[in-house]
Amino acid sequence: MTDVKQIVNLKFTLNGKAVEVDCEAEETLAEVLRDRLNLTGTKISCEVQVCGACTVLVDNLPVSSCTYLAYEARGKNVVSIEGLAKPDGTLHPMQQAFIDEFAFQCGFCTPGMILAAKALLDENPKPSREEIIHFMDGNICRCTGYVPIVRAIQKVAGTLENKPHK
Amino acid sequence: MTNEKKKGEFQVVNHSVPRRDGRAKVTGRASYVSDVKLPAMAWAKVLRSPYPHAKIVSIDTSKAAARPGVYGVLTGNDLEGINPYYGHAVKDHPLLAIGKVRYVGEPVAAVVATDERTAFAALEFIEVKYEELKPVLTPEDAMANDAPLLHDRQFEAGALRGFEGEVTAGKKSNICQEHHLKWGDVEEAFKKAAAVVEGEYYFPMTYAYAMEAYVAIADVNDNGVTVYSSAQHPFMVRHDLKAIFNLPVSQVRLIVPFVGGGYGSKSYTKIEPLAAACSWKFRRPVKLQLTIEEAMLTTRSDDAFTWMRTAVDANGKIIARQARIYMNTGAYAENSPLVVEKSTNRCVGPYSIPNVQIDNYSFYTNTVPASSYRGFGCAQVTLPGESQVDELAAKIGKDSYEFRVMNAAKHGEEFFPKMRPFEGSLKEDLDIAAKALGWKEPIPKGHGRSIACSTSDAGAYPLTSTAVRVHADGSVTILTGSTELGQGSHTVLPQIAAEELGVPFEKVHVMSSDTAITPYDRSTGASRTTTLMGSAMIDACREAIQQMVAMAADVLKVKVEQVEVVRGGVRVGELQLDWSQIISKYYALPDGEVIGRAYIRKAGRFSQIPVFWETVSTGVEIAIDEETGKIDVEKLVTVGDVGLAINPALAEGQDIGAATMGLGTGLYEELVYEGAQLMNGSILEYRLPRFKDTAKEVELNLVENQDGVGPYGAKGGGEGSLNSMAANIANAVARATGVRIRHAPLTPERVWRALKERKAQ
Repeated sequence: MTDVKQIVNLKFTLNGKAVEVDCEAEETLAEVLRDRLNLTGTKISCEVQVCGACTVLVDNLPVSSCTYLAYEARGKNVVSIEGLAKPDGTLHPMQQAFIDEFAFQCGFCTPGMILAAKALLDENPKPSREEIIHFMDGNICRCTGYVPIVRAIQKVAGTLENKPHK
Repeated sequence: MTNEKKKGEFQVVNHSVPRRDGRAKVTGRASYVSDVKLPAMAWAKVLRSPYPHAKIVSIDTSKAAARPGVYGVLTGNDLEGINPYYGHAVKDHPLLAIGKVRYVGEPVAAVVATDERTAFAALEFIEVKYEELKPVLTPEDAMANDAPLLHDRQFEAGALRGFEGEVTAGKKSNICQEHHLKWGDVEEAFKKAAAVVEGEYYFPMTYAYAMEAYVAIADVNDNGVTVYSSAQHPFMVRHDLKAIFNLPVSQVRLIVPFVGGGYGSKSYTKIEPLAAACSWKFRRPVKLQLTIEEAMLTTRSDDAFTWMRTAVDANGKIIARQARIYMNTGAYAENSPLVVEKSTNRCVGPYSIPNVQIDNYSFYTNTVPASSYRGFGCAQVTLPGESQVDELAAKIGKDSYEFRVMNAAKHGEEFFPKMRPFEGSLKEDLDIAAKALGWKEPIPKGHGRSIACSTSDAGAYPLTSTAVRVHADGSVTILTGSTELGQGSHTVLPQIAAEELGVPFEKVHVMSSDTAITPYDRSTGASRTTTLMGSAMIDACREAIQQMVAMAADVLKVKVEQVEVVRGGVRVGELQLDWSQIISKYYALPDGEVIGRAYIRKAGRFSQIPVFWETVSTGVEIAIDEETGKIDVEKLVTVGDVGLAINPALAEGQDIGAATMGLGTGLYEELVYEGAQLMNGSILEYRLPRFKDTAKEVELNLVENQDGVGPYGAKGGGEGSLNSMAANIANAVARATGVRIRHAPLTPERVWRALKERKAQ
């Protein structure tokens, strides 16, 4: 066993801007985002790509950044939760819908949940309830019972049968 | 009392104001302990025991300690100079195993290194020699005459208060705690009963599964101990740390930023002592971040083996209930002695039963220590309790919903001797549940319906304080020791302050859960924050207003009696001043502040225990596939009897969240031990509710009769809808198939086997 660490130089696009970072070959994208680039919005939970908390978008597709080697992201277009709102602070419609529909409580699954939901609507702008459930099944939330998350996605898709909160 | 305003008259309260933490949480800016870094911070990783019960013969850490980047290795032999035992009920829990390990997964040593990978890589270089001892794995093992004792010394008491019994732990047996409840004469009542049902039930061990695993960053230096933690109860952790390090309260600081889910599993002290001991020994800030698998080796809920019988008279009135419960509490007591007391009390249910006898024992075993979990022992006993209500109704040919209504405790009724009388509208709640579920409508083939209910002696112990700072510009900072776990305290508490001070919600800001700054609050659990911290908030706002009335009188040179309080300020004759103007005039500068404060104790309106009764009715309709035993939830109904919802959307969110966890334990959640080994201690094997498990239809209801002791008649919520879910599943299966299953969770295999047995008969 050797303790010599192999350092690689990575260049990719992150939230619309070119970034360049040195990291160890074995580092995951989540580690690079959180520890090297100080973007801690990406959360690490299960570490075995089952819970979806660490979801980020790579070339518009959701990936589990907890097991995705940072090296794999070279030259690609990565979007993390920090890249969703507009520079003037205006929230992405999915972020706003999560607030409006009370679609989170503790918030730990929320960044991954929002990015997965965005990926769904990018691919299928008017999904049925069943399609939402099928697509989102890889993201776990322990607080909300999922119902308000489905509502938030339907709201952005324009398919929510409205029942306003009191 | 503070319920002078009626529903419909509130400006801020009783509205579904968007969450205060919303923007932070949807943009990734919300900070959790896992996101915190301190300068010069080291990382710790833990070596865990491979044996359930063994003597530690020797530990050689030299090779691990010599590795590059390692600052040192801490073991149970290095704790001289501190008091290494802690525990909320009794101090039976060493922060690292000392001389002996008591469960597979117990921390044996911790490596502290420059980074997490280096610390982890060093673990395999620690050499531990064990001498195996006979393990005790179940209550049955623990009771055996030749059972080895897990603990063989007397323990010092922990911080547990408001507790009726003494803790049994450490008294020369493996009984961790026993609790007994008795009124009336059950023997006599069962003799003269018109019908009796009797059965044995099992409620499984479960894991709360917060998405954020336990994490703590400790910095121990000459100024004392500072810990950033994912703890629900920072003041309770402070209590343990001050004893471990023999420090005054003022030198122990717990800081809790946003918590990534708790559900009771982050109650009380967990990994903070170990992180702090690492920092103390190696003289630098240390971060200890567990993995989910390690978190599952840190705590779980108590499983329960319950024998219960319930009797009715000829009029269909429940006249007696008796139960004997054996709980498996694992290697250390943690908060389980309180779970034992609470589950004893919660056997009674929301019914007026004249003869009751409950005998409840929890046992130390060589398994992961059990402690608090959402609902505090209520789900464990509501499976038998609400199953038997259905079984009895069926036996005497009554509709189970009508049978419940007939036996429901009534508002103001002293249904539980020496406790606060029942508060709530259970009949109304059940009616709403029945209507929402379409109770009287024909049931499709293969479907079953159930309505169930529970009440919990909730609110924990009433000791809470707060301060409200009104600034010279009219903005407000509230200081609250309650932690934001996601339940919404950062939204509900400023709503209450805004209502009281008559200022916009946006002007009230929250400073929370830093024991060096925020006044004492005993805990964030048992659904107590809205009721207790909310009440303190009202009192503190009103005290601030009184001070500002006196200030207004002073600056305007009038008598205090001439100053009339109006929304957001005062009026003296034609002159109106808002809070900002009063404070600025008082200090003769546009600066300064007024501090209102409040202390809640077990006195006055909070003199009776429980603080409140948390009462929830729930209902399900399920579809069952008899070929596979698989159950789908078609419809889910909750009815929270909350007095007044300070924020209805948040209250409903608590109800559906808790109900979903309850469905998990009703349908598939279960920690499985095979011998001494936890077989499914990871997300890959521990089945959690997912998107695909959501009910097709959901109806969430709140009953708001302003009959609680809290703000404007509010009572707590957030746990209740979990409690009756496993019973609902069992009852609905019984209605659909005629087969009564008394063992949760009702997994497809368990259901399929039960149906197969029926066919065989």
